[in-house]
Amino acid sequence: MSSKPSLVESINPTGEPSIDMKARLGEVDASMRQPAMLFLVSAVFWLLAGSAFAIMAAIKSTNPDFLGLSEWLTFGRVRTAHLNAMIFGWGNNVIFAVAPWIMGRLCKARIRHTNILLAAGIFWNIAVTVGIFGILRGDMVGVEWLEMPAYITPLVIITYALIGVWVVIAFRWRQSEHVYVSQWYILAAFFWLPWLYTIAQIMLIFEPATGVVQSLTNWWFAHNVLGLWLTPIAIATAYYLIPKVLGRPIHSYYLSVVGFWALALFYNWAGVHHLIGGPVPAWVISAGTVASVMMVIPVIVTAINHHLTVVGSHKDGWASPTIRFVMFGAINYTVVSLFGSAMALRHVNEVTHFTHFTVGHAHHGVYAFFTMIMFGAVYYMMPRLLFREWRNPFLIRVHWWMCGLGILLMVISLQIGGWIQGLEMNALDADGVPVHTFIQVVENTKPWLWLRSLSGLMLLVGHIAFAINVFWMIFSPKTEGQVTQPTLLTPTTEET
Amino acid sequence: MKSLPLIFLGVFFTLAFSWTGIVLTSHLQMKDLTPVTAELVDKDDKPVGGGNFLVNGVTIKNTDGMTAYPLRPVGEAQRGKEIYEQMGCLYCHSQQVRRKGFGADFERGWGNRQSVARDYIEQDRVMLGTMRTGPDLTNVGLRYPELWQYQHIYNPQITSTGSTMPPYPFLFEVQTINELTGPSVEALELPANYHPGPGFEVIPTQRAKDLVSYLMSLNQDYELPEIKFTEE
Repeated sequence: MSSKPSLVESINPTGEPSIDMKARLGEVDASMRQPAMLFLVSAVFWLLAGSAFAIMAAIKSTNPDFLGLSEWLTFGRVRTAHLNAMIFGWGNNVIFAVAPWIMGRLCKARIRHTNILLAAGIFWNIAVTVGIFGILRGDMVGVEWLEMPAYITPLVIITYALIGVWVVIAFRWRQSEHVYVSQWYILAAFFWLPWLYTIAQIMLIFEPATGVVQSLTNWWFAHNVLGLWLTPIAIATAYYLIPKVLGRPIHSYYLSVVGFWALALFYNWAGVHHLIGGPVPAWVISAGTVASVMMVIPVIVTAINHHLTVVGSHKDGWASPTIRFVMFGAINYTVVSLFGSAMALRHVNEVTHFTHFTVGHAHHGVYAFFTMIMFGAVYYMMPRLLFREWRNPFLIRVHWWMCGLGILLMVISLQIGGWIQGLEMNALDADGVPVHTFIQVVENTKPWLWLRSLSGLMLLVGHIAFAINVFWMIFSPKTEGQVTQPTLLTPTTEET
Repeated sequence: MKSLPLIFLGVFFTLAFSWTGIVLTSHLQMKDLTPVTAELVDKDDKPVGGGNFLVNGVTIKNTDGMTAYPLRPVGEAQRGKEIYEQMGCLYCHSQQVRRKGFGADFERGWGNRQSVARDYIEQDRVMLGTMRTGPDLTNVGLRYPELWQYQHIYNPQITSTGSTMPPYPFLFEVQTINELTGPSVEALELPANYHPGPGFEVIPTQRAKDLVSYLMSLNQDYELPEIKFTEE
């Protein structure tokens, strides 16, 4: 390389030609080390902060006087701080660590000028911190999933652009002949989110649309953050890690193509099912319901691909922390999506709409599916970035059992409680008079909300165990050369 | 599927497709909605909407001397809407009445007609809501008097024992009763067990007044050409 490389040369992600193709993975890892660790550490902090907000909000939902004197910590703000800390603090930070890294590895492309990614990381965390501070102090915007005040919008857009560019560069100058399914999903997600965000900000905040067009835009955006951002990234991660760890190819290439385009086509339209029965054009609702049901196609296709790849390797999978978490997520993707399709049917929606059932469903998707897969990715990624092994398998077990059982308890309690709530809210006696007063309905949800608080505490314990392990690993000496195999939770087939 | 332009185009068109369908089409469908008087009908007695309409070549106008609905929230009510937003009320309360037979919105007394798109055209921030942890508020201004609203915001247990709604004491000020002028005219009437004690009084802040005036402004007690009150 010349002493003063041109711009194109300086961003060229191609590895040193003298290095063997396989060894270039190490090059990619090395290039991503700093930015990925910045994002990961931030993600873990936000996970803990988000859990703390969650516990406060959960207790307040049964005991409204808890911290009741504080304006900053009133339920509406704490709950929203929780959502934003989890989605944009934990979720986006962990995605910014995992997705460019997987993209780089699959493209055999180094990430150059990582100080730009570092700058993006700093911008992003400033944006989320200021945004959540703004929510707590009362600058909250009354649009679900876009509550962070408008003064952070420029930072958000800059961050999305700075990170997205590296994903595109890695793909454009990829060194590998084959393009793997994970790469489509990541590439698509990094295009979708900035567009969604920009359009939603313009149509809802800067130049608000008239009347209920706002609500339609809101749910088009909010549901697509799940469907076109968290979901494709988590699917891509599962597609990458399952074959990688188990050492077997993905079940079917063609199914993965079908799955990708079906998701791209149908998920977009599904969001309006949040407005069923509302004052919006009936045909839009019908289209949303149809699309929600059509989502069964990509879900089943992805399920076949993920699950059939694991069949026969359960024992190895169970031994690996990565596969345990990823498979938990993959199974729950199937379950939560089928639930979601069912909830879009008008008669089911009549019961579940406006109840805690939907809250349970949201946690099922974002936590049991997305977050669990991201945990799996971190368990795989950190040892390779830091040349250190996980310090304590016991803490991994605590994390696994607390989070696995905790989220199941949360989803089950909220969905049973929510279903009862919906039935009681709608129940009429023979004279057309509601059977239960509203306060009775509220009282009957309380035991379920208590169970939800308990499950939240379990998740918090799991998160603390995870955080301890992460920081213990960061602050311990390299174990390269001493450790010959990855941390396993049970003996694998070969040893027995 | 190796080509960046191909993936990009696919990704672009799928998103553009749904945006066109859900957002743009609805916008085109609704952009001409205006406040109207309820009596606006065409010559066949069919309801029509909008300010000036061309029906079979004839321009139809709003009826003179009648109030056109929906009204635009102004003054205290408009400021109160910001308080409603900042406190996150929308996470537990919806503002939409669904049609009779879909849920029990009518039977619970939340409204006597379905909410329609025109009801929301004058609102700068539409908060339909997606949760009913608390009741729907579409017509809350009709359902309870001001005093009830103030007490309920100060501490929901006063009016609704067992409620899980948070109290908002920070929207009120507790002050000692002025010995010369006596109790303030604004002092909130409270039951003994919620009263701060003899010699003290609870005064709503401007924010509480704004919020209550917003809540009192929430009512869909008017008919529109496209929707009449449901008869029992």
